[in-house]
Amino acid sequence: MYSFEIERPATVEEAVKALRIEEAMPLAGGQTLIPTLKQRLAMPSVLVSLSGISAIRGICTDDAGRLCIGAGTTHAEIRDGASGFAGLSEMAANVGDPAVRNRGTIGGSLANNDPSACYPAAVLGSGATVMTDRREIAADDFFQGMFDTALEENEIITEVRFPVPSKSGYSKFEQPASRFALVGAFVAKFTDGVRVAITGASESGVFRWREAEEALAANFDAASIKNLSVPAEGMIGDLHGTPEYRAHLVAVMTRRAVRDAK
Amino acid sequence: MSEVSMTVNGRPARGRIEGRTLLVQFLRETLGLTGTHVGCDTSQCGACVVHVNGLAIKSCTMFAAEAEGATVDTIEGQAAPDGTLNIIQQAFQDYHGLQCGFCTPGMVMSTAALLKENPKPTEQEIRSYLKGNICRCTGYHNIVKAILAASGQDVTGIPGGIAAE
Repeated sequence: MYSFEIERPATVEEAVKALRIEEAMPLAGGQTLIPTLKQRLAMPSVLVSLSGISAIRGICTDDAGRLCIGAGTTHAEIRDGASGFAGLSEMAANVGDPAVRNRGTIGGSLANNDPSACYPAAVLGSGATVMTDRREIAADDFFQGMFDTALEENEIITEVRFPVPSKSGYSKFEQPASRFALVGAFVAKFTDGVRVAITGASESGVFRWREAEEALAANFDAASIKNLSVPAEGMIGDLHGTPEYRAHLVAVMTRRAVRDAK
Repeated sequence: MSEVSMTVNGRPARGRIEGRTLLVQFLRETLGLTGTHVGCDTSQCGACVVHVNGLAIKSCTMFAAEAEGATVDTIEGQAAPDGTLNIIQQAFQDYHGLQCGFCTPGMVMSTAALLKENPKPTEQEIRSYLKGNICRCTGYHNIVKAILAASGQDVTGIPGGIAAE
């Protein structure tokens, strides 16, 4: 790693201020950023660690019944604390491995927006709202392609507000070496419709599968999407799978997510 | 350079660190606690697992500065002061849950975390929990056996390997 300083602010305001230094970068759980630093793929002058900000950690329910999860909440805490939202809890329970789940955070995962990460599917698939130090961003506007989000320079995610669906599920075809999703499908059934979000598959990052959403809104049953498929065009092709294989997995994982939704 | 202080295996520990100093470097190089191993240094292998505030983490993927004020437990704190192995370590020995031993500190620390969460894990739960701990010698069967035994369960359903006398 290149040399850098670490700052540990206690409040979001202090963190935003610390990030004004040139080449400063925020550090969440570090489970992606630290390996990236070791590979010398990033060269911050200062890392602003967000792990000491207690105000952005924890889970509560707001007056509208939404599950409000602080950005610094770890995957293990979400697994245990989001039990009223089966799809989200199940998804968090299977990110990485136990040690990673004790450090990695929802905010870090979303800000990074890895095209194979699980959280983008849960956030887009439930139509959550991403709160930052300066505004709120709807999930549909937040994800803007591989590793790209609507976040501005030095903008910090503080919380994610999830409407709680009546039924939800996440099905992930795990790439066994990285434990990221080769393809993951998140489905959520609300009184006014169904949302389906796919991660790991598209070269444009997480996306909504609208055709499946419409079919499932009419009948929330895996059989109602058995004849649907997505085109291989635009899907990721790498040594783990061809675009055609990923397109096939999109349909399979979506059906499984619906079948197992709770 | 800055100063960091934490409690390691029940004792206060402090030292000077750089921003980039990893927790595992602080443990090994500053405190001389070389029982925690660095296998891959890429957060894959789990040889560096220690507990921070009671939770298993990969000490190669956390900065020492972030452990300021924390309680850290390493493999050195597992046996009794007179050297008597704890129940997990003893089971790894009894069931030959190691060969070269390089991954063992992480295996033992992950097992301690597992049994705290789930005192009677099934074979499947054990294998799933150890996803982030890689062993290149044993083929895992004897590790699973050792963990079942450490949790007071029957090990006869696990194929192969050596049974304890």
